[in-house]
Amino acid sequence: MSEITYREAVGMALREAMTNDERVFLMGEDVGRYGGAYACSMGLLEEFGEDRIRDTPLSESGFTGAGIGAALVGMRPIVEIMTVNFSLLALDQIINNAATLRHMSGGQVSVPIVIRMSTGAGKQLAAQHSHSWEGFYAHIPGLKVLSPATVVDARGMLLAALDDPDPTVIFEHAGLYNSKGEMPDPAPSVDISTARIAREGTDVTLITHGGCLQRTMDAAEKLAAKGVSAEVLDLRVLRPLDWSTVFASIERTHRAVIVDEGWKSWGFSAEVSARIAEDAFWMLDAPVRRVAGVEVPIPYPQHLEQASIPKTPQIVAAALQVVGRG
Amino acid sequence: MTHPLPGRGHALHLLTQMLRIRRFEERSAELYSAGKIRGFLHLYIGEEAVATGALRALTDDDALLCTYREHGHALVRGVPMERVMAEMYGKQEGCSKGRGGSMHLFDDEQRLYGGNAIVAGHLPVAVGMGLGDKMMGRNRVTACFFGEGAMAEGEFHEAMNLAALWKLPVLFACENNGYAMGTALDRSESQTSLTVKAASYGMPAVAIDGMDVLAVEAETRRVVDAIRATSTPAFVEFRTYRFRAHSMFDAELYRDKDEVELWKKRDPIPAFLSRMVAARILEDGDFEHVDQKVMHELSEAVAFAEAGTWEPVEDLTKDVYTEVGT
Repeated sequence: MSEITYREAVGMALREAMTNDERVFLMGEDVGRYGGAYACSMGLLEEFGEDRIRDTPLSESGFTGAGIGAALVGMRPIVEIMTVNFSLLALDQIINNAATLRHMSGGQVSVPIVIRMSTGAGKQLAAQHSHSWEGFYAHIPGLKVLSPATVVDARGMLLAALDDPDPTVIFEHAGLYNSKGEMPDPAPSVDISTARIAREGTDVTLITHGGCLQRTMDAAEKLAAKGVSAEVLDLRVLRPLDWSTVFASIERTHRAVIVDEGWKSWGFSAEVSARIAEDAFWMLDAPVRRVAGVEVPIPYPQHLEQASIPKTPQIVAAALQVVGRG
Repeated sequence: MTHPLPGRGHALHLLTQMLRIRRFEERSAELYSAGKIRGFLHLYIGEEAVATGALRALTDDDALLCTYREHGHALVRGVPMERVMAEMYGKQEGCSKGRGGSMHLFDDEQRLYGGNAIVAGHLPVAVGMGLGDKMMGRNRVTACFFGEGAMAEGEFHEAMNLAALWKLPVLFACENNGYAMGTALDRSESQTSLTVKAASYGMPAVAIDGMDVLAVEAETRRVVDAIRATSTPAFVEFRTYRFRAHSMFDAELYRDKDEVELWKKRDPIPAFLSRMVAARILEDGDFEHVDQKVMHELSEAVAFAEAGTWEPVEDLTKDVYTEVGT
């Protein structure tokens, strides 16, 4: 067991994958000589060379499409998109090709590509570097969408995604790269099919993922001090989502709060809430509440940025409301 | 430029392939009017010499990506006509299981990867296939066909830049039929010399008379051989013309009938036939004989499509993801 950062966990997975499978290569903007915008691939160029740690021009659509093509001929590309907003330039490739080719060709081809991107707010990077498009990508049939929140998942889910025959999008919250966690020795394999109960509780289920997990765990701690036992679900995999774990938890607690950094309207939290209403309505003792991003382009100044995203006090307030103490 | 005359067998082959396309397209138009084929239908009539000649430069190992005007390429590549026709019908015996229709013909066995209907969206994918092949040390060429309309898209630039920068074995094959749907070249491109534009990426770029099947074959072969020998990309422009409307919904308000008639005088099939007869390579009666065989193949293909079956609705969501265990 050792304490490592989330960034180191991603780097560890990259190194392991490159070492164990010669079909694996990493490409993206500044992944090589620069070491990665978030330094996840620092040192890998020297170890694996320019072919496999491939710096690309600024052409998100071009190199994401190239990853799809390389996957079609048997490679296992990892495409790093520097930040979530830039991935919009590659949407044509991700949706019209990666997510579509298998079904449209009658099952003749698979696209085993892994696309990693940093996501989320909190670094004062303003409105073109700070959004949360997890819900948007999770809308797309044909994609698998992962949101690792811990060092174990940051490493393990990347390796599991490489083993998966279908296109996988991994969201790494920018606020997590410096966070630390315990990595068991040997590092464990993880699945990319189930949600995880991050904290057990009996009064309310707090449903979250990625960058919001720690704030939600903090909220559960504060709730415990107030005599409310909150269960925290770390969804981990946003598509296909492990609904049975969600419903099983609500069956125990009868109350749910969804915490997501994305905008509330039409978004990820809306879908989770709708599914609970459709399939777990009779288990509920109170209406579902959502703590989500305020519907503005994320602003630069710290006080406004922080006011735009879910914070621990709001999660506590929402939980108290659903247990009838708000 | 003059090209060596073909032997009789070779000439018969070229005539047969061009006629297979012509008759297939004519019948498709009828079947569309009869309601057997639905959706969009883009006919290749007038452009047959391009696919017929150019594909002879490829080996079975090479990959082929096309646009939504690709029936001809699929037929010449070796996808059985009956499977192409069944695909037009949407039957599960079609080459994409009926899922794609006219615009999305796939055949992994023949290394045909669409049938791509996002203009220029397949160019980055072709680059990636070339990249994967090169990284794995395979001596294969990826041939990517697109219309001149694609050259105004950003993905064209990104793909050309990546292929040239990384020295990838990709043939960029532009089928310049003068119109991006209804928009003439000089109304959509600031630089109307397509080879000048392509050459700016630092790759060889040549224009070829796309109405002359012998020129297409000989010059494409020269270019493809160079790609294979040097593992670097090249661009070719086939100057051609579609005699029919863009799709079945097109009233053709954007071009003069005189212009169409002028190009029809250069119809690649009679032009080739009369040249071969004059050179005594083909003789009177050859055309009728070939046509008879083609019409027989076509009626078998239509019968096959008619007898085809619909994919069960229960299979609707199959192959969105790879099935576990496959």
